[in-house]
Amino acid sequence: MIKTTAQKIYIVLIFIFLYAPIATLMVLSFNASKTRAKWGGFTLKWYGALFRNDDIMQALFNTLLIALIASVVSTLIGTVACIAIMNLKKRSRAVIMGITNIPMLNAEIVTGISLMLLFISMGLKFGLGTILLSHITFCIPYVILSVMPRMKQMNPYTYEAALDLGAGPVYGFFKVVFPEILPGVLSGFLMAFTMSIDDFIITHFTKGAGVDTLSTKIYTEVKKGIKPEMYALSTIIFMTVLILLLLVNRRPAEKKK
Amino acid sequence: MNKKPVSKKKLLGTPYFIWSVLFIIIPLCMVFYYGLTDKSGAFTLDNVLAIALPEHAKALWIALGLSLIATAICLLLAYPLAMILCSKKTGQQSFIVLIFILPMWMNFLLRTLAWQTLLEKTGVINNILGFFHLPPLSIINTPYAIVLGMVYNFLPFMVLPIYNALSKIDGNVINAAKDLGANSLQVFWKVTLPLSIPGIISGITMVFIPALTTFVISKLLGGSKILLIGNVIEEEFTQASNWHLGSGLSIVLMLFIIVNMVLTAVFDKDGEGSFL
Amino acid sequence: MNKVLIDLKNISKSFDGQMVLDDLNLYIRENEFLTLLGPSGCGKTTTLRILGGFETPDTGTVIFDGRDITQLPPNKRQLNTVFQRYALFTHMTIAENIAFGLKIKNKSKAYIDDKIKYALKLVNLEGYEKRMPDSLSGGQQQRIAIARAIVNEPKVLLLDEPLGALDLKLRQDMQYELIRLKNELGITFIYVTHDQEEALTMSDTIVVMNQGYIQQIGSPEKIYNEPENAFVADFIGDSNIISSTMIEDKLVEILGTRFPCVDTGFGTNKPVDAVIRPEDVILSSPANGRMKGVVTHLIFKGVHYEMEVTANGFEWLVHSTGMFPVGTEVGLDVDPYNIQIMHKPASEDEEAVGVNE
Repeated sequence: MIKTTAQKIYIVLIFIFLYAPIATLMVLSFNASKTRAKWGGFTLKWYGALFRNDDIMQALFNTLLIALIASVVSTLIGTVACIAIMNLKKRSRAVIMGITNIPMLNAEIVTGISLMLLFISMGLKFGLGTILLSHITFCIPYVILSVMPRMKQMNPYTYEAALDLGAGPVYGFFKVVFPEILPGVLSGFLMAFTMSIDDFIITHFTKGAGVDTLSTKIYTEVKKGIKPEMYALSTIIFMTVLILLLLVNRRPAEKKK
Repeated sequence: MNKKPVSKKKLLGTPYFIWSVLFIIIPLCMVFYYGLTDKSGAFTLDNVLAIALPEHAKALWIALGLSLIATAICLLLAYPLAMILCSKKTGQQSFIVLIFILPMWMNFLLRTLAWQTLLEKTGVINNILGFFHLPPLSIINTPYAIVLGMVYNFLPFMVLPIYNALSKIDGNVINAAKDLGANSLQVFWKVTLPLSIPGIISGITMVFIPALTTFVISKLLGGSKILLIGNVIEEEFTQASNWHLGSGLSIVLMLFIIVNMVLTAVFDKDGEGSFL
Repeated sequence: MNKVLIDLKNISKSFDGQMVLDDLNLYIRENEFLTLLGPSGCGKTTTLRILGGFETPDTGTVIFDGRDITQLPPNKRQLNTVFQRYALFTHMTIAENIAFGLKIKNKSKAYIDDKIKYALKLVNLEGYEKRMPDSLSGGQQQRIAIARAIVNEPKVLLLDEPLGALDLKLRQDMQYELIRLKNELGITFIYVTHDQEEALTMSDTIVVMNQGYIQQIGSPEKIYNEPENAFVADFIGDSNIISSTMIEDKLVEILGTRFPCVDTGFGTNKPVDAVIRPEDVILSSPANGRMKGVVTHLIFKGVHYEMEVTANGFEWLVHSTGMFPVGTEVGLDVDPYNIQIMHKPASEDEEAVGVNE
């Protein structure tokens, strides 16, 4: 009894530790005072101001556009790559998986500067394009690492059974293999999307002047003081995701019953 | 397998293969190229050896010290947490992963900045401490705040691999140990802990490397008085524009990363303690 | 005799430089229940996969009904496979699983529904249309895998260790079920297994394979009673394989004792292997036996006793309904027609020699 209570308290404390800053930001978004040090009363004005702030809206648009394209492209390349990797011999498979692990294990700052050096030597113009190439690069490993276990779990004969029953390779893949690996593909996609949205360091090194994502915008605002509209926007994004996830998670739970 | 489909399937890997060579391998080679040459393009070790200069060595030592402390704290906090989460059979794995991934949807910089608000002299935490008549904390702009920021940001990367490793342990293995006469403590030291080592190693890697190389957390919570090796490298690229020196120092960082990767490969052959 | 349906000619196949099949020749008749039997790695599954179209042989041709189908992909072949571990589509219902092949062939809905009903009835699982594969037991999943294959009316059904994952009792039931199915469908079954009992129970013809070579082809009785070499003798049931000398036609010297036998044509004073099944060793009082021995082990096996008898320095395995306690002195004898004489392999390699029927 004492043990389980202690366990519960421990979990709650960690939970508070993780979510206290988030709660703080949410509270700040309703703070009438412009400085975050003082509570100036409740207001919704930052939510209105947010939609009239073209800079923030542009940064939001860039962030979402990059995340969407990067996660779609990396999901495609990554899933297709998984099929190929499964058919490789053991040694070449180990090499490819080793390379796949590099962006995961390497320091983001090193990945960022290495890509920056590459783009400079290629003579690319820094902007949305270079950010996109970088984001796809660090997103692919997340896709591969979530699709691979699904592929390995699959009964290898299932695909052959489809061929045996008269399906062509493409039909067999989409009808039989794809539904089995779909959860892995989806979680890879979501992981890639999340990582892209939250990334600052790699974007910092590969963005051009005048092009900002939310992260880089916040970084430049740090010295001047963060605009309260930014808190409002973060609160909206966070709550949207939270509600979406609660909805998605509820459905399969009901289905099981 | 039929010969032709096999070669076709292997061809499907071509886009990724080209991509990884172009955007993973070649960029890393460029870091080495810049790091091992001077502005005229001649080979030199000066950029790498510059790590021995007092201001660089100090930044590296501070970064190493703080990140080791942060990693140790993460491990101490995460292991009991992972064990508790594992014992709660109700907790679906996806739900637990969700709880730790969800904060990422609040921007990383804002989350870290929020600690400023919480830690300030007149901030929330000190108000609470004051309410209980406790002495106020003044850790903002100190190394303590940086460690706190590291622990806060990277704790999930320690919890998830350990949780994954623990949840894979067959309950019957634990039962067998008990059956053979081991008490709870012996079960932990002799069975649970050794079996979870892949997760621990993976967690340490996932926390230590980002903590060692961060420049954002020190900038946001250290009051720009404390320079870590990450800050030095970042400034060489964005302000001083000495890419050769920045690359040289990055090569030093990569030595730590490589050691870490080797350790992971040795201890976690099957990727059991993977993050996902 | 039915006409030849499948003809494998000079099939060779290697993986990563390792020879798995070496110049294999085999024909299969219409409406035959043929079993490929051998230990793991003997090439039996590879042979089946070449038939199914999942592997292409390095050399050789596969003739099916007079047509060369060596390069034909699996989805164009008139044969269907029941896979190891069933390979059901877990995201589809039982009905959808069974309908899979028929939908690809664009059959009408009425036809498909009819076929599903028929197939489920055939495998004794009527009313399971809406269930998901995961909710079925292993034996039931096995039946669905068979149903899914046979609705396509293949001329040949390939079965790759289909009973391997089932427990003993269920395996025996399914053996009878498979024989019944084959008789009802009137098609060719090609069955792969490492279980000699399964092979003996169900097959019309058994092909014993080892290390990529066919060791012997024949009816179950012939394979069991007249193994052509030590490998077959050892693999099919227990046997005593003893180095012996063929003194002359119909006389063999085993462990220094001469036994009359029925084999001829081995020459005189030639080293051979004598194979004697444990149930063919006759135990009696020491005075009546051709050879004297002592019982060293005794286990009750239900239908018979299993004993080990040391005689002339060899440990004989004996199955007998009579019981002789450990330590008893006994006499051993074997009837002439129960001694099977085989050529001795000159080397380890020759043990795996190709045999053509």
